Amino acid sequence: MDISLVIGLVVDYFSKNPMAPYLIVSTIMFFAGVYGFITRHNLLAMLMSLELILNAVNINFVVFNRFLYPGQMEGMFFSIFAIGVAAAETAVGIAIIINVFRSGKKIETSEVNTMKY
Amino acid sequence: MNLLYLFVIIPLLLMGGVAMLRDAKQIKILMAVGASLLLATSFVLLYAYMQAKALAPNEVMYFQSDLLWYPSFNIKLSLGVDGISVLMIILSSIIVFTGVFATWGLKEQVKEFFLWFLMLSTGVYGFFISIDLFSMFLFYEVALIPMYLLIGLWGTGRKEYSAMKLTLMLMGGSAFLLLGILGIYFNSNAEGGPLTMNILEIAKVHIPVEAQNLFFPLTFLGFGVLGALFPFHTWSPDGHASAPTAVSMLHAGVLMKLGGYGCFRVAIYLMPEGADTYTTLFLVLTGISVVYGAFGAIVQKDLKYINAYSSVSHCGLVLFAILMLNRTAMTGAILQMLSHGLMTALFFALIGSIYGRTHTRLINEMGGLMKIMPFLAVCWVIAGLASLGLPGLSGFVSEMTIFVGAFQHADTFHRVLTIVACASIVITAVYILRVIGKILFGPVQDKHHENLTDAFWYEKIASVTLIVFIAFIGIIPFFSSDIINESLTSIIGKL
Amino acid sequence: MDTNIVIALFILIIPVFNFLFLGLLGSKMSEKTAGTIGTVGLGIVALLSYITAYNYFFGYGKVDGVYLPISEGFEWLRFTEHLHIDLGILLDPISIMMLVVVSTVSFMVHLYSIGYMHGEKGFQRYFSFLSLFSFAMLGLVVATNIFQMYIFWELVGVSSYLLIGFYYTKPSAVAASKKAFIVTRFADLGFLVGILLLSYFTKTFDFAQICDTSATGAILSNNVTTTFLGFSVISWAMALIFIGGAGKSAMLPLHIWLPDAMEGPTPVSALIHAATMVVAGVFLVARLFPVYYFFTPTVLQIIGYLGAATSLFAALVACTQTDIKRVLAFSTISQIAYMLVALGVSKYGAEHEAGLGYMASMFHLFTHAFFKSLLFLAAGAIIHAVHSNEMGDMGGLRKYLPITHITFLIACLSIAGIPPFSGFFSKDEILVAAFEHDKILFVCQYLVAGLTAFYMFRLYYSIFWGKETHYHHTPHEAGLNMTIPLLFLAFLTVVTGFIPFADLITTDGKPMEIHTVWEVAIPSVLVGLVGIAIATYMYKKPTLMPDKVSNSLGGFYKATAKKFYFDELYIFVTKKIIFNGISTPIAWFDRHVVDGFMDLQATISNGVSAKIKGLQSGHVQQYVWVFAVSVFIIAGLVIFLPL
Repeated sequence: MDISLVIGLVVDYFSKNPMAPYLIVSTIMFFAGVYGFITRHNLLAMLMSLELILNAVNINFVVFNRFLYPGQMEGMFFSIFAIGVAAAETAVGIAIIINVFRSGKKIETSEVNTMKY
Repeated sequence: MNLLYLFVIIPLLLMGGVAMLRDAKQIKILMAVGASLLLATSFVLLYAYMQAKALAPNEVMYFQSDLLWYPSFNIKLSLGVDGISVLMIILSSIIVFTGVFATWGLKEQVKEFFLWFLMLSTGVYGFFISIDLFSMFLFYEVALIPMYLLIGLWGTGRKEYSAMKLTLMLMGGSAFLLLGILGIYFNSNAEGGPLTMNILEIAKVHIPVEAQNLFFPLTFLGFGVLGALFPFHTWSPDGHASAPTAVSMLHAGVLMKLGGYGCFRVAIYLMPEGADTYTTLFLVLTGISVVYGAFGAIVQKDLKYINAYSSVSHCGLVLFAILMLNRTAMTGAILQMLSHGLMTALFFALIGSIYGRTHTRLINEMGGLMKIMPFLAVCWVIAGLASLGLPGLSGFVSEMTIFVGAFQHADTFHRVLTIVACASIVITAVYILRVIGKILFGPVQDKHHENLTDAFWYEKIASVTLIVFIAFIGIIPFFSSDIINESLTSIIGKL
Repeated sequence: MDTNIVIALFILIIPVFNFLFLGLLGSKMSEKTAGTIGTVGLGIVALLSYITAYNYFFGYGKVDGVYLPISEGFEWLRFTEHLHIDLGILLDPISIMMLVVVSTVSFMVHLYSIGYMHGEKGFQRYFSFLSLFSFAMLGLVVATNIFQMYIFWELVGVSSYLLIGFYYTKPSAVAASKKAFIVTRFADLGFLVGILLLSYFTKTFDFAQICDTSATGAILSNNVTTTFLGFSVISWAMALIFIGGAGKSAMLPLHIWLPDAMEGPTPVSALIHAATMVVAGVFLVARLFPVYYFFTPTVLQIIGYLGAATSLFAALVACTQTDIKRVLAFSTISQIAYMLVALGVSKYGAEHEAGLGYMASMFHLFTHAFFKSLLFLAAGAIIHAVHSNEMGDMGGLRKYLPITHITFLIACLSIAGIPPFSGFFSKDEILVAAFEHDKILFVCQYLVAGLTAFYMFRLYYSIFWGKETHYHHTPHEAGLNMTIPLLFLAFLTVVTGFIPFADLITTDGKPMEIHTVWEVAIPSVLVGLVGIAIATYMYKKPTLMPDKVSNSLGGFYKATAKKFYFDELYIFVTKKIIFNGISTPIAWFDRHVVDGFMDLQATISNGVSAKIKGLQSGHVQQYVWVFAVSVFIIAGLVIFLPL
């Protein structure tokens, strides 16, 4: 198969679906976040992964709003709203992490498994 | 304003008042005033009911009022009373009144106790004045929940276990009940009208027989658990044994009556054909309750257990009589509810008083109390005699009405079962006299008991009030019996 | 309302008022006031009963030569259209006779108790209970319907319970009272079921309607054919009703409570357990006599034979007892059974002395009430003087207690059937009735008459003659209020035999012609004399004779002295069967099986929860894994499954 043909197909696909690149980026961000959230043992890293997930969602909001309902602003506002919430959440999360650190001098997830049955 | 609202408003206002006061003494005085007010209001209600009945003798329910509550499901707060509910309200008021005096000696967390106590009473009153399935169920639950805290916090013995067991079993019952009620609700438009929760409106339509056969056992079991139906009665011994005095009184005296009342007001009234299908099965169960509870009481060692088993037997008789599906037996059932309510409340009040002095409830550790505390002992003897059906006290009237009524049933099986149930009067005599002989008569068992005091004034008020009403029903039975009899007309008409 | 009914109403009101008054305010009164109030009240009641009796028998009662019942009442509790409990007053010959008996004996006992119970703790309570008992018993005899009778029947039982257990600190008294109540209660269950059965067919509780054979006849005879275990339903009903009567009247095998009931104060035994309450069973059968006779003759026959067996049994046991009150108790059982035998052999109607048994039974009830209460009161005076119930502690008392001695002797002669004392006349009529209608019963009762004379004089000689006992305190005669009742009752014992009962009390209200049957009367006196003679020979002087006789009888004597092991049987049934055999297993079953099942559900819930709680590990990343994988699975299902 000719490489130019492949590029042509891709360009053709992207020109037909202008949302696709954004969505691909956001999907990668989202799964990167999920992967990080699951694999990291550091609470701070987990929090960062969480930010990635949230921002992936924000991108989706903005993109769908921009391309599907250009006349409306709900998606934009919602992403701004989500950014605000994420900021608050990060603040709370960091506060918890700091407390965890103070009590155990570590911020490993194994430290905070007391909330079980 | 409708008189009936008062029965919910007064306890709620009292709750506010109790919440604001700090001093235990003031709270008790407020409670005494409030309980007397409730008692007075109940008698006013009785008077008003008799007036209204004289004016319009053919109504099913009096003082009806509707308050639309949740329009999309046509749920209303419908109130209304007939003679039976009026008597039940009076019974509740008497028990609440005497319960307050029986707990006058309470020292810990007085405010919290009375708050929950009032919530329980609100539920009880609300249940009796409602004629809407939803509000009935709501008040039923309102009455159940405080039991958990009242037993769990102020109880004695294995109180957490008992409170948990009681609440879970009764909640299990209400799960059945909820299914039953929903079943009735979704079948209440047999002739194409809107769905309704109002008992009177449902009574006018004919619920399909298949639906009745499905939902009658659920409803009956749901209420039956509270009415201590064998084999779902085991919450009763443990629950009563652990509960504090006033709670035992209110629970055995009124709350268990919710079961019997519900069975006949909801299950039988709305689903008479279903009742007809299942009558044999449930009659056997209630017959077992009657005899089994009485035999169980003979060998118990703890006073409260004896009384709890005796309640199983007596409440079994209530359900037994209701299932006979005739006017006389049902009159007897309601009389038995009144009579048992008063009697058992008296018993629990006395057990509380005795336990407060001797610090034991085991009959082997007591003896000769007649000599030490004559007043309490005499009241005990009277309660015992009422329980074993002495003429002139309430037990005789109700039991005889039940037996005669049940024996008029055309079916031989029912009559044989009645004879079996009759045997309980002998067994009752055995355990009542055993207790009286052991704890009241004979020589004093424990030297430390010799210096104990007799009843205090508040205990005297509680016992004497109950005895007066027990004797009233026993000596002038036609008064209550006629009120009940007249009110049964609409139910009998459906059978 | 009829004035006669009003008078009768007062007969009931005064005792109940006394009961409430003394019961509620007794503790505030002195002994003297309480005793006076009680006694005067009962005195008035007795007087009113005499007035009622006089007016009835010689005035309004007799219409065209027949005594008609008069009744009045009101509806107390309505069950169904036909069945309702009425409270009312029924005056007819037997109820009026009972009114006289009850009020007289009760009055005498009240008077006697003032002296006997002097200084006892709970004196006021005692009088209040006595009034309660009098009320209940009077209410029982004037009952207009069978359910009213049942009501008062129960009240009588309770007041008997309270009075037997009067000395409540004494365990034996408590046990006796409990036993009395439970045994009679058990019998009452039969009564109740009998009432239910009977009323189911007759559709009425009213005595007049039940006994009106023309009205109920059709209903009852229709149901005579429906049988259960070879007996018709009506027979079952009447037999069950009789069981109630047998319980109160201490018939075999329900007699066990009566000897123990002697734990109560002696005047109580005289009133309740000799003269009044224990004859309630006889009264009940007499009240329903037409039904028994016309519809269930088999049951009536059984009653007769049961009565004969009981009377023989009790007379035998009485010969061996050593407690004087127990001797009298067994004597009471035997005499009541005598009355039932008379009812059992009776026929209906005035012609050819057909209803002689009925009349004789009532006559014996009447005379027995007086001489038996006299015996008990005299025994009370003896116990009062000697402070013991045991025959062995007595002897030679005739010197110390002359009045008691004479009155006791009169009563003994009367019960032994020696003319001219009242017992002779009534017992003779019973024997005549038995002689004419059932020879087997006649032989049996003839034997019992001899035994009666023997054990009564055994008692008499052991107390007043026999060995010279040394007493700590010289026994002396009690005060006037104790001797007057003795003398008065002795007077009644002498004169009541001459009352022309056959003119007054018959099965159908018509006067009956009776004539003396010499071939019965002379042997009956002779057998009495023989019994007395043997007793004189054996017990007048302290000899070794009694021991020799008892040794020669061996096992039979032992069985008799042990009351034929009925008490052991009772203990076996209550302790072993009811307590250990039924109740304990039920209680165990309840705790472990029924409740165990409920607890099992909780245990299962706990177990399941313990198994699955590992999922809640506390590791956030694990949760996310589960979450993410679940999302993929569900999404995959949604996308690829054609739903």
